[in-house]
Amino acid sequence: MTTAALSLHRLTRHYGTHAVVDDVTLDVEPGELIVLLGPSGCGKTTTLRMIAGFVAPTSGDIHLDGSSIIALPPHRREMGIVFQSYALFPHLTVARNVAFGLEMRRTPAATAAARVADMLRLVKLDPMADRLPRELSGGQQQRVALARALAIHPRLLLLDEPLSNLDAALRGEMAREIRILQRNGGITTIMVTHDQTEAMAMADRLVVMHDGRVQQIGVPETIHAHPANPFVARFIGGSNILEGRLSDGRRLTLPDGTALALASRYSGGGNATLAVRPDSVHLLPANGDARAEGEVTLCTWLGSVVEHVVQLGPDVTVLARGPALGRDAVRRYPPGTRVALAWQPDEERLFDAEGHALAASVVMKETHDA
Amino acid sequence: MPSGLAQTAPPLPEHAPGSGVAWLERAGVGLLVWFGIALIGVPLVLTFYLSLFDEKLILFPPRGYTLSWYAAILPNFGDPILTSLELAAAAVGGSLVLGIPAGIGLSRHRFRGRGIISTLLLAPITVPGIALGLAIYIMLVTIDEQAGTTITSSLLGLVLAHVLITTPWMVRLCLAALTNHERTAEEAAASLGAGPLTVIWRVTLPAMRPGIIAGALFSFVFSFENLEPALFLSSPGVTTLPVAVLQYLEYHIDPLVSALAVAQTVGVAALLLLLDRFTRLGQVVR
Repeated sequence: MTTAALSLHRLTRHYGTHAVVDDVTLDVEPGELIVLLGPSGCGKTTTLRMIAGFVAPTSGDIHLDGSSIIALPPHRREMGIVFQSYALFPHLTVARNVAFGLEMRRTPAATAAARVADMLRLVKLDPMADRLPRELSGGQQQRVALARALAIHPRLLLLDEPLSNLDAALRGEMAREIRILQRNGGITTIMVTHDQTEAMAMADRLVVMHDGRVQQIGVPETIHAHPANPFVARFIGGSNILEGRLSDGRRLTLPDGTALALASRYSGGGNATLAVRPDSVHLLPANGDARAEGEVTLCTWLGSVVEHVVQLGPDVTVLARGPALGRDAVRRYPPGTRVALAWQPDEERLFDAEGHALAASVVMKETHDA
Repeated sequence: MPSGLAQTAPPLPEHAPGSGVAWLERAGVGLLVWFGIALIGVPLVLTFYLSLFDEKLILFPPRGYTLSWYAAILPNFGDPILTSLELAAAAVGGSLVLGIPAGIGLSRHRFRGRGIISTLLLAPITVPGIALGLAIYIMLVTIDEQAGTTITSSLLGLVLAHVLITTPWMVRLCLAALTNHERTAEEAAASLGAGPLTVIWRVTLPAMRPGIIAGALFSFVFSFENLEPALFLSSPGVTTLPVAVLQYLEYHIDPLVSALAVAQTVGVAALLLLLDRFTRLGQVVR
């Protein structure tokens, strides 16, 4: 017996010979909010649609509370879904939209009316009960969609890019609202998004997907700090990715001849990929003894942070980002300045040619005090 | 009248940017617009004018004016009008039965043979009505000969022909209504517990409503005014209004047909205005 509310077991979907979703296995704890995160075409939406029953898996199984739901049509799966496009019924009032699922369940009118009123109060739309969807703003429509999905006490809540159609100001507010409702109700939830900020803000655990495959599963902090492969490193937090050859355990030579001294020593050699987050890269005045040296080509002030683009070699640039204000404020270097790059050993990640993280064997003595 | 066109061009805005080219452009557009209006309006106005002539033959200028031709419509054309109304109603019914499921199926499902079915459903538009009428006539005569029935002299042949002609419009309009409609609404309904038929009844059909109404209206008007297939398929007792008018015109040139034309135009226009109140036709027909 498993304790998982939802289990995906080796879920696969082919279109022709192309695997859109490839061997996805995932256990979701009761009350957990899981975010499927990845670029468009990574298979996250198809995975969600398989859970909802709109797409039949080519192989694999889906268990909900311990029993397989693979043979059930969508209308018997008892899942609440919120779509990016709201998908409200345009000819029904807000209240009748919310009541739709209860009608389908033949809930007695009085019970249904009370439930609808509760739901509308929950999403703060009780004054709008008799309006038509087109008379509401985008954010209000999305709240109706949420109330409609929650009204049926779904066994699972599915959110398909629920915030993407909202403007930036509304997005954060809506994200917090969904999170609070979901957590208070203990509703097991799967959300799909391509926006990593949104994903970080909402997820109990993240599932990073790429090319139909799960790249990494974990809590946001872990994925941010320990990306499993170069794709995750680049997608989450926009790491600088430098591909080259590892020699000497700590020297990375890039195709254009630029050489970097790594912060740690690694066993082995051959092709390797370095990932360092822009926030980890510190700039110091050039001193001849650094990981790498380069010339500042752009210095951008973004209010709370400062970004420098540093040209290391003919084909290599690195982005460095640091706070613009406060005690830790970084120095700003005008374009043309020669600078040295530095980062802490635990802030660099090295991957082998297959994309597996390499373990540091010896941590080198630090050359700067950050 | 053409000589008066230039004067009837709409007045220019007072603060128009003063270039001569802009003025010329506006005048040109105005001229074209009024020419178009005249092209449509003048025959209508002339028809109305003729229908009031108190003459047995169309002579100009008339001796006087009368409304008596309007009173003569029903005694002369009552039966054909009834036949055409029945036929149009049957054509609407038939095209609804075929067109609505076809529209839903074609827009919501991807299946083998979809392209062929789509082409077949829209093809009758391209077949000349007279050819369609002849083909159906030959088919019915053959059936009658083989089976000893009398379908040829019934309304059935005409109903078949008109359903064939009107169904493409119905399918087109139903498809158009659904392309503007979010498919996810249907998925949302399914997730909330609605089975496939309930989804169609509660979500898809309401979304198609403007298309269905517009399609029914088009089918009705199209069928009511359609002449060609009926040239073969009319028989004594089942003569449609357009055929009756044609037959009447062979022996009479008097203002009665003008009066009938005006009455029919007013009727159709009233129907259009009425329906426009319920559904914004402009959204469906582009």
